[in-house]
Amino acid sequence: MALGSSLLGSPVALAGIPTKKRKVVVITFGGGARDQETFAPEGQENIPHLMRELIPQSTFFTQVVNRGILGHYVATASLATGVYETINNFASLPPEHPTVFEYFRKDLKRPSTDAWVVAPSNGFNRIGESNSRTYGPGLGASVILPKHLLTAAMSGRTTDYEHLLRDNYETPLYAPELGGNEFQLRQLEMMLKLSVDDFKSHALTLSSPDELSVYIARRLMRQLAPSLLWITMHDIDIAHAGAYSLYIEGIRRTDRLCAELWKAIQSEPEYAGNTTLFILPDFGRDSDEDSGGNGFQHHRTGDALSRTTWMMALGPGIREGVVYDRPMQSTDLVPTLGSLLGFSPSLAQGKPIAELL
Amino acid sequence: MLPRDLKAEQFSGYPPEGRKLVIHYLGALRRLPLSFLPSVLREAIEYDYKFPVERKALERELANLNFLSAEQFADWLHDFATIRVSPALEKIDWVDAPAQFVEQLSSYLWTTRQLDLFRAAAIAYADRLHATVPPEQPATRRLGITVVGQGVASYDAPLFRKLRPHGAYYSRVNPENGLRVLLDAVAERAKAFSAPYAHWYVDGGQKTAHDTSLTSVSYSALEPARSTLLGKMRSEIDRPGMGPEALRTRLAQLRPADLGVHEGDEVLDRFRIKMLTEGSGTQIFSTTFAQWTAREALRRAQPLTLLVRFAPRQRQRSMNELLTASMGGAELDPVGSLVDADIGAYYNWLNQQRLPGANQSSFLVWFEEHSQALAIGPTTPRGTVSTSSTDLRQLLSSLA
Repeated sequence: MALGSSLLGSPVALAGIPTKKRKVVVITFGGGARDQETFAPEGQENIPHLMRELIPQSTFFTQVVNRGILGHYVATASLATGVYETINNFASLPPEHPTVFEYFRKDLKRPSTDAWVVAPSNGFNRIGESNSRTYGPGLGASVILPKHLLTAAMSGRTTDYEHLLRDNYETPLYAPELGGNEFQLRQLEMMLKLSVDDFKSHALTLSSPDELSVYIARRLMRQLAPSLLWITMHDIDIAHAGAYSLYIEGIRRTDRLCAELWKAIQSEPEYAGNTTLFILPDFGRDSDEDSGGNGFQHHRTGDALSRTTWMMALGPGIREGVVYDRPMQSTDLVPTLGSLLGFSPSLAQGKPIAELL
Repeated sequence: MLPRDLKAEQFSGYPPEGRKLVIHYLGALRRLPLSFLPSVLREAIEYDYKFPVERKALERELANLNFLSAEQFADWLHDFATIRVSPALEKIDWVDAPAQFVEQLSSYLWTTRQLDLFRAAAIAYADRLHATVPPEQPATRRLGITVVGQGVASYDAPLFRKLRPHGAYYSRVNPENGLRVLLDAVAERAKAFSAPYAHWYVDGGQKTAHDTSLTSVSYSALEPARSTLLGKMRSEIDRPGMGPEALRTRLAQLRPADLGVHEGDEVLDRFRIKMLTEGSGTQIFSTTFAQWTAREALRRAQPLTLLVRFAPRQRQRSMNELLTASMGGAELDPVGSLVDADIGAYYNWLNQQRLPGANQSSFLVWFEEHSQALAIGPTTPRGTVSTSSTDLRQLLSSLA
């Protein structure tokens, strides 16, 4: 579907920013959102912040096609490696190909504090680092799972916090065992300058796991200012439970949180003026017309709508208010990040997106 | 094992009618590619518990395959024959466990990036089958009725937005005795066009008194089964090595007796528990249950009449809480449920329109106890709004 005509219609130079100062924040939605509930005319009421605040400042791609497996963990791993990964979506496994974090840290000799992942689901704890022989252990991103942290902080007494501990709805009944380079509770105080008590009391003011993730991401930006920060959100994936109203609520919340993060980028001195923000769902959801699916509920048919999503990019050097309807692939993200930040993702299969460079 | 090695005695575990059917068509089954055959066996192993329309469809499909010449057969199945199947899959007991095979094949197709090929092959095959063996037309025009918004005092946002382009919206409908009028109309149709499983009443809450000739399914009547199921799910999850695929397989193996369902109709009992064991979210949200049950009733039984009444679902909580608690005492979300039911009504209409006779089918959706309704029929003007006073009897007459 060509969305360009349903959206609107001054570049700032990135070239002037030294590579070392450039930063990238990537927000992905695990729990794809369909065009008809987002950027198509009838869906725009659900995304007022993206429509009014972010789109006018962004270059927008209306056809990002995911040709891989449409499961949230494996698809996010594919986004992070630039290769369509085939790992078990429901297992606690690292990606098989080097991640963007490994390319970034190895090529640019960056410390571990410079690349971070914030993800809501336990299943994502291995996303920061592949099992590639030439990259892999010690070169990946640190992974924070805020829900896991909160559970640990509560020592099992989670009654007042259940709303923040909602599970990954794609697999509501199963969470893989933790493993890998995940962030530990004791590091809250050391690295994020956040006491367990303050963390717990602030968490009480939040309404969803994604809000908790954004809170932690902002804390990371303030305290460590990583150059590569990757945030995955999952509230939208409540759609798998079949309640349309909750799916729409998830989209509206995600819309608000994306705008909050963009504001945070602009207000944090370490980020303002030198940060590119990418926002993209990992894929779409089944169309209403495909009899093999059940509409918005799942992403199992592999139809065009479930494979196709959108992406926006904002920041210095990115043209504002431009919409591209040409198809591109979700594996193009990593090579594009490589070109922006100055590393070589040699094993990635996608191509740099020329319109952003 | 490969299809060509099939022998009649391998189907000894099948229920009697299904066994008779596959043995009768054994020659055709032996010629099918492994990427295709277990999908047929998955239906055949359930044949004894299928609705009449489903049985007939399977019989006609097998008869067609049996009738094809060698050249035609190769042509029809060519695309499936090009799909690679791993040696590991070949070793699965796909005769006795065809559903598990199909699930693992699906995973394999995604991993090997053959899913698009398989999908295209399946669509082409289905189109060809429908063209060669056209489905039977219904005995009368189908009528779908959906009732939404139970328990909602007022709602200002526009309703039925997705359906409005297809029919006439009425803003001054007299709601008095509305549900009774609708149930009586369904009962009249059941008497006039009597056939097994042809007239359904699905309720997302407590069933209202209705004619016994209707096939009925309700969320509250299945509450004991739902509680038993949630208990089984919790204990399965706690078992070492349990994962989502294994859990799904275990749930699919449950039978009505395992969940205490004994209504005396094995076909319907199996249908009822499948709504809970195979649906996603049906165990926790009554709106999802009502929508999924309507979808499956339409897909499988192809009823002439289907009345679906949505009821308030419980408010969202963490999944662990939702799975642990029973509905008793749970806080309800009537407005959220109305939004769920509004899209559910649209899906009910879409699913009805996938059935034979779609161009003559009618559909009515009503905001319960309120004055808004929408009607779609072969002669109903599309995309219109009526502010004239009317009632549900008149709307039903206009669709007859």
